[in-house]
Amino acid sequence: MNQQIATFVNIGERTNVTGSAKFKKLVMAGDYAAAVEVARQQVENGAQIIDINMDEGLLDSEQAMTIFLKLISAEPDIARVPFMIDSSKWSVIEAGLKCVSGKPIVNSISMKEGEAEFLAHARLVRDYGAAVVVMAFDEVGQADTKDRKVEICERAYKLLVADGFPPEDIIFDPNIFAVATGIDEHRHYAVDFIEACQEIRKRCPHVHISGGLSNLSFSFRGNEPVRRAMHSVFLLHAIPAGLDMAIVNAGQLDVYDTIDPELREACEDVVLDRRDDATERLVALAERYRGSDPVQEKLAAEWRGWAVSKRLEHALVKGIDAFVVEDAEEARQEAARPIEVIEGPLMDGMNVVGDLFGSGKMFLPQVVKSARVMKKAVAHLIPFIEEEKERNGTTQGKGRIVMATVKGDVHDIGKNIVGVVLQCNGFEVIDLGVMVAWQDILAAANENEADMIGLSGLITPSLDEMVTVASEMQRESMTLPLLIGGATTSKVHTALRIDPAYEGPVIHVLDASRAVGVASTLVSDTLRDKFVSETRSSYDDIRVARANKGQNELASLSEARGNAFPFDPDGMAAAPNKPGLHAFDDWKLEELRQIIDWTPFFRAWELAGNYPAILQDKVVGESARGLFADANAMLDTIIAEKWLTAKGVAGLWRCRRDGDDVFVLASNEETRLPFLRQQIKKREGRANMCLADFIAPVEDWIGGFAVAIHGIDPHLARFKADNDDYSDILLKALADRFAEAFAERLHQHVRTELWGYAAGEALSNDDLIREKYQGIRPAPGYPACPDHNLKPLLFAMLGGAPAEISLTSSLAMLPTSAVSGFYFGHRDAEYFGVARIGRDQLEEYAERRGISLEEAERWLRPNLD
Amino acid sequence: MNAREKLIRAAAERILLTDGAFGTEIQNHKLDEAAYRGSLDLSKDQKGNNDILAITRPAVVDSITRAYLDAGSDVISTNTFSANRISQADYGAEHLVADINIASGRIARAAADEYEAKDGRPRFVAGAIGPTNKTLSLSPDVNDPGYREIDFDGLKDVYREQCDALVEGGVDFILIETIFDTLNAKAGIMAAMESARAHGRDVPLMISMTITDLCGRNLSGHTVEAFWAAVRHSNPVTIGLNCSFGAQQLRPHVQALSAVANTLLMAYPNAGLPNELGEYDEQPHQTAGFLGEWAREGFVNIVGGCCGSRPAHIAAMAKAIDGLTPRRISAPPIVTRLAGLEPMVLAA
Repeated sequence: MNQQIATFVNIGERTNVTGSAKFKKLVMAGDYAAAVEVARQQVENGAQIIDINMDEGLLDSEQAMTIFLKLISAEPDIARVPFMIDSSKWSVIEAGLKCVSGKPIVNSISMKEGEAEFLAHARLVRDYGAAVVVMAFDEVGQADTKDRKVEICERAYKLLVADGFPPEDIIFDPNIFAVATGIDEHRHYAVDFIEACQEIRKRCPHVHISGGLSNLSFSFRGNEPVRRAMHSVFLLHAIPAGLDMAIVNAGQLDVYDTIDPELREACEDVVLDRRDDATERLVALAERYRGSDPVQEKLAAEWRGWAVSKRLEHALVKGIDAFVVEDAEEARQEAARPIEVIEGPLMDGMNVVGDLFGSGKMFLPQVVKSARVMKKAVAHLIPFIEEEKERNGTTQGKGRIVMATVKGDVHDIGKNIVGVVLQCNGFEVIDLGVMVAWQDILAAANENEADMIGLSGLITPSLDEMVTVASEMQRESMTLPLLIGGATTSKVHTALRIDPAYEGPVIHVLDASRAVGVASTLVSDTLRDKFVSETRSSYDDIRVARANKGQNELASLSEARGNAFPFDPDGMAAAPNKPGLHAFDDWKLEELRQIIDWTPFFRAWELAGNYPAILQDKVVGESARGLFADANAMLDTIIAEKWLTAKGVAGLWRCRRDGDDVFVLASNEETRLPFLRQQIKKREGRANMCLADFIAPVEDWIGGFAVAIHGIDPHLARFKADNDDYSDILLKALADRFAEAFAERLHQHVRTELWGYAAGEALSNDDLIREKYQGIRPAPGYPACPDHNLKPLLFAMLGGAPAEISLTSSLAMLPTSAVSGFYFGHRDAEYFGVARIGRDQLEEYAERRGISLEEAERWLRPNLD
Repeated sequence: MNAREKLIRAAAERILLTDGAFGTEIQNHKLDEAAYRGSLDLSKDQKGNNDILAITRPAVVDSITRAYLDAGSDVISTNTFSANRISQADYGAEHLVADINIASGRIARAAADEYEAKDGRPRFVAGAIGPTNKTLSLSPDVNDPGYREIDFDGLKDVYREQCDALVEGGVDFILIETIFDTLNAKAGIMAAMESARAHGRDVPLMISMTITDLCGRNLSGHTVEAFWAAVRHSNPVTIGLNCSFGAQQLRPHVQALSAVANTLLMAYPNAGLPNELGEYDEQPHQTAGFLGEWAREGFVNIVGGCCGSRPAHIAAMAKAIDGLTPRRISAPPIVTRLAGLEPMVLAA
């Protein structure tokens, strides 16, 4: 990797309010964007470390240090170099250390206030993982002579090393003082410094020596050529003596050999104190150079001379926001319409960013920075775009997207970035945050009339949760596009698992840079349909490829049948007491009320917890109690005023099993009920289950039922008219509870009376809820019997519209508070999920059902690869 | 002999093994929300709160720990990756942070001591500290690049609470792992050092960075050499890399770190890259093959697995490293290592 060994280090000095008037002005004015550019220029000009100093009386230095360090930390082309946190106040240094990662340098600590404070600060410097500049300063004062410099540095060194401070992390600053001041005592300062360097290096192994170079030439303020010549000459002598870093203006060092020889010699005389009249000679000579050579700052700003579209691209790629507003304005004036600036140069720049990011040549902080530049440009353009819209009478916004990290996942960095990038491009983003349940996602999408939903997740379980969201969107018959993103998501998973769960467009978005393209296409009248159908067909291709590849662990249908659940004749339920159909037109609601399972009722209201404990719950207990009281009050009225009617039908029929089919003899007609068998390979001792396994081959019995709660509609209409949503939802939830309670009660009645195989059964309500009885009542469309299409067969056996229930085209039951299913009485009967099945079973099943392969596929899609 | 010396001595004799992932193993228990929650009275859904199992399903945590010890792990880590106030707040369980860490530390301690007593081979417990989902180095608000969701002292306090509890739970080391943000790690280091001082003993650090892009940088942008410069002041007993991509892609970065770091090197990558369905399907012999190669080349002292790796992976690694000579820690030249996002070395 790029591990260069530095022998002399330029420390950039311009980000120092005490040294740069320009920087000071920017910081005082709060123009941090321009101040950041000063830092960038320093690094571009070759500073290997940048010194940051905010010591200004009128400034809250701690705050300014914190703000500036955080800002430049977010600029990778600045933050790649180590920072030097420079202040004479420890509190400012410590505030800075809390913002800087990597290993910075503290500038500086000293023994000015005694050894105790010196060591305390040094320990903190170590704990924060920094190196330190130690100034040659003690209780007496600042060291000026060679001997004082050496004495103080050696004392500090011994103290630090004895305290465990790594000697290589010590950098001494033996004070570079101004020469050529006209004061005689100052003449020897440079020589003192150079000689001290030599001695310190000898006595203090592994340390480094640094200094602030500009002090040296302080007398020649305003005469840059002379200052630069003095600095170059000084370095030429100080570096061999041991100075290995210096705070300089990195753009302003001359190559020694290129300095005018006359000036060079005059400087040399001053620095090395070679002549008594050295100062006078240099002062005299200096006038000739004043103003002759302006600083070549143009170099850094070369790109500012480029064409505006190129400048915008450069600013985006480099993340420079200092000029973006003026450039965007210039581009707008050149463009026919303001939107063209966004769609043209700005999007081009973002595409470059996306490509660089995608290929690993740019990393995240840079992308975020580019997004910021984009956003500033867009913010400038938006009013013009709005104005144009008003003129032209079009008001169409770009689009609104609801975004969330799915339930169970807390990672949101990627999502936030996508959100930002989309916002930059004129989308309205409604960010629901992390761990968002599908209910909330769907609700937010509906409430805000979103144009699309974006889901994000990083951990693998989030993939399943995304499928859940997609299924729920399907259940609500939504049509808006669903965007999928996040580190573990993939096109393949989207194609295989998510896309099949939702009929609307499902788009996997590879990374943040593609989000804008995808989202813009999806809101475009002209591009959308083509894109959606192309995406869909690419997913189809993946599915086909995948299907051909064959998934790991599916047994063939015959293998699965070979591992069927063994039928035990001893566990068969006896013949029913009362075979045939039994209709109940008005089951007593008072009785059903006693066996309501309340836990799902509270869950429907998003109150988590089990009944009855939930009523005492610390968090939701109070609302649960209030809700429970309201529910009971409504139940009183429902029963007293006879709002609802519980209707049900149960049938018990002779049957036989043939393979995975059960042939049922109902009303003198034999109905073939084909069931599906699990095909996922099982571990030793576990069967590949099928409901038919619970039926005897020759003669056995099976049942069916349907229950429904009627009469709700006029009451709902009344609540709606009163704008009483609360009662509306409460009544629906209670009707659902009645339907479930009725299904439970009817099943019990069947077990104990009509079929009678468990005549002596005595179970508490809790045990009923926990299904601690013999037999099951699987429903078509649920895991053990996933084909909704068995519902019409069941209903026919139950005598057509049983319990006055009708079926919608998608085979949902009306009224909605309704339950239907089959009764299996065998002792071993249990619930299971069929899960994934193979193509072999699908084809055979379609034949057994007497439907086309396509129709079978449609109904069994969730069970297919 | 304290834990630091004991580990260094053991690592001088042979290449040691740490453990594999907890998350994958816990997923295989197919726990439902009620199982996670146990008898705790918490308002939020607990499903996925793996760390809380130390309280509600200690047997699950214990059995996974033992599965790794059976597979040959010398170092086992506590199941406390997210057992900090920030992460637990997502589950409304921030008041349980201390309890979780203490319980988790004790489970690991008891198991480690039991195995050590059985065969005399030293076992170590590393108290695992994750990065939290907050970052000190990046702004979540693009309009305000100077904004941070959290500050150094706040994060340090969060880590301090966890460190104190882990030390109380009996861990040998504090393992700051999956470091995506170097400044977060520096706050963690400060907290761990303060905690050790408060307890009056050496609690050596194990420090492990995660690389998030193919250039070999973590999310805050640091290269492995810059990272080493940024954390070496903590005198960690191990430095290394975990998670990231699989061993194959991680190799050059392990090599680079191994070349500069003068402490034990611990590397535990994911079991390959996740496939399109988010599953890790690198087989134990494959992962072990890569790590065995690192061992032969002298890059590592301790190896193990992260996401997707299971006891079978660790067992396969045990075979792959058996009898190989451990990496020698050379005393590097004394040079000054500074760092921005990139390292800077000053000649002596």
